[in-house]
Amino acid sequence: MAGQVASGSRSGLRSALPLLLPAYLWLTVAIFLPLSAMVFFSFMTELPLSGKAWAFTLENYTTFFSQGLYWTLLLASLRLGLEVTLWCVFIGYPAAYVLAKVLKGRSREAIFLLVILPFWSNGLVRIFSWAMVLREGGILDTALNAVLPFKINIDLMYSYPAVIIGLVHSYVPYMVLTCYLTLQAIDDSLIEAGRSLGASRLQMLRWVIIPLSMPGLVAGAALIFVPVVGSFMEPRILGGRTGTFYGTVIEDQFVAVFNWPLGAALSFILLAVVLVILALASPVLRRAA
Amino acid sequence: MAGVQVSNLSRSFGAHKALDDVSIDFADGGFYALLGPSGSGKTTLLRQIAGFDFPDSGRIAIGGESVERVPVEKRRIGMVFQNYALFPNMSVADNVAFGLSVRGEAKAIIASEVQRALDLVQLGKLGGRRPHQLSGGQRQRVALARAIVTKPRVLLLDEPLGALDKALRVDMQIELKRIQREIGITTIFVTHDQEEALTMSDRIGILRDGRLVQEGPPEEIYDRPKSEFAATFLGDANILRGDTTGTGIRLVDGTAIAAGAGATLAAGAKASCAVRPERIRIATDSGTSDPNANVLRGQISKRIFAGNNSTYFVERDGQTLKVIVQNTGIERLAEGQEVVLRWSPESTVLIAAN
Ligand SMILES: Nc1ncnc2c1ncn2[C@@H]1O[C@H](COP(=O)(O)OP(=O)(O)O)[C@@H](O)[C@H]1O
Ligand SMILES: [Mg+2]
Repeated sequence: MAGQVASGSRSGLRSALPLLLPAYLWLTVAIFLPLSAMVFFSFMTELPLSGKAWAFTLENYTTFFSQGLYWTLLLASLRLGLEVTLWCVFIGYPAAYVLAKVLKGRSREAIFLLVILPFWSNGLVRIFSWAMVLREGGILDTALNAVLPFKINIDLMYSYPAVIIGLVHSYVPYMVLTCYLTLQAIDDSLIEAGRSLGASRLQMLRWVIIPLSMPGLVAGAALIFVPVVGSFMEPRILGGRTGTFYGTVIEDQFVAVFNWPLGAALSFILLAVVLVILALASPVLRRAA
Repeated sequence: MAGVQVSNLSRSFGAHKALDDVSIDFADGGFYALLGPSGSGKTTLLRQIAGFDFPDSGRIAIGGESVERVPVEKRRIGMVFQNYALFPNMSVADNVAFGLSVRGEAKAIIASEVQRALDLVQLGKLGGRRPHQLSGGQRQRVALARAIVTKPRVLLLDEPLGALDKALRVDMQIELKRIQREIGITTIFVTHDQEEALTMSDRIGILRDGRLVQEGPPEEIYDRPKSEFAATFLGDANILRGDTTGTGIRLVDGTAIAAGAGATLAAGAKASCAVRPERIRIATDSGTSDPNANVLRGQISKRIFAGNNSTYFVERDGQTLKVIVQNTGIERLAEGQEVVLRWSPESTVLIAAN
């Protein structure tokens, strides 16, 4: 019996191999090779492509610790990541709840489409659209002044809130999708059982629904927090001079200063910090979930 | 605790009448089974009483208080779901405590009440477990403990034993009945299992297509079914059809069947007679023991031996009649044998054609 099972799974693996191969090939070519190259670069004094002489060094890494600026920017980026993640929770979770538990049929499909629409639009188009909305004399300013009896000036462009708005808009679909999936899996009879025991909707949310949707909240938070901490497009375009973050500095190293080794080293420091944060948070989150 | 009165209750989903003018009086402290085939409206009726759904028209009163528009969390009912619906993120004890905690009861009171409820369902030692660590029967007990710990006015159960296997189901039937007696709670029990309804309840209501077909104590419905549907849905019945003579029917071949019970009908109308398989005596001779007995002749087409009894299928004029005979060890009849069937008019119920 045991032998049968084992041979069954072995032949299963053999037949699955041709199917898995492209994925592994892709992982090797698209992720492992470039990443190794970047690790290599981060220990060099000069980019080898420029033809100059180069040597191995740890300086790229020590720079981070010797210059307070990088540390300050990293903290700012972590704070940005935290804030955007929280906003995504506050906006995405209720939306996911309504999608999963309130709407039915056609209206659910329609709203779902609206939620994931940002996914399908180009990131730059999305950000420049926000620029048009947020600047003085822009769409938001004009619209508000058209309906309000008094004159107000709305110019959110090149500010921290603009960066937050742009990032939240880009990343909130992740939260909606992950939470939608876990909320969808919660049996309606659980909610009915709770109500029959006299629990208010708020009490149900607090004691049953939120605890059971923790895995989705955690997955969504991780999916959002990590890229937001390293983001550069939204901060640069919507933040202007206030939009200098750790991510924009890394980008500068690659596209403006051409100091790839420093850029690579800063990236790996970020990766390490993020991994440490996720590792520290995981026991807490697992308990919650 | 309180009785429940449902009067002229109707509920439609679109054009479909899930409940059609249903009136039932659920007595205080009674055990009432709602029986009916799938889709007959049992769950819909229970959900109206619970307050998960609201009727289009009609009245629901719990303990004399009108509750049609009261939401479920204010109705003080206990509900047990077919899929148990235990909170997977909580321990067994926390599940049972839930109804008391949301009310804001004191911790010490909650702890002792929870322990009492768990002891009542014989799970006193398993409070620390998670629902997924329990068997199906144990989960059902937890669900029951959770539903009764808040001292609800009514206990509602929607096919609570449907997911259990046969042996466990019988255990749980006895257990549930014991607990219900012990706390004396008005209980409404939905099932599609006629045996379950017969063995457990004080009264049964049979639903079909959203209508209450018949209602009463199990013996009454079994002995005096008012429709072919009630006769065949609750237990087995042989249905003979013909024209009524007022006190029975005449079959197409002219044979008269006398009925000692059932409807009073004007002679000439279409009607049927129902007789239970265990009320029929089967013999090979035509000796007359009772001159008033109904008599039919036929041929045994099949015999199923089940240990303590045998079921004979007797072909007669294109109809198969079922006869159940206790195994007394005296007479065994073989397939193919010509037989005479006899039963008393008192065992025959006259039913208006539907
Ligand atoms: N929420 C609903 N929406 C539409 N139709 C429903 C709904 N609930 C029940 N029904 C219909 O009402 C009828 C009775 O259902 P139900 O009360 O669940 O039957 P039972 O519990 O006896 O099997 C069924 O035909 C079912 O399809
Ligand atoms: Mg049902």
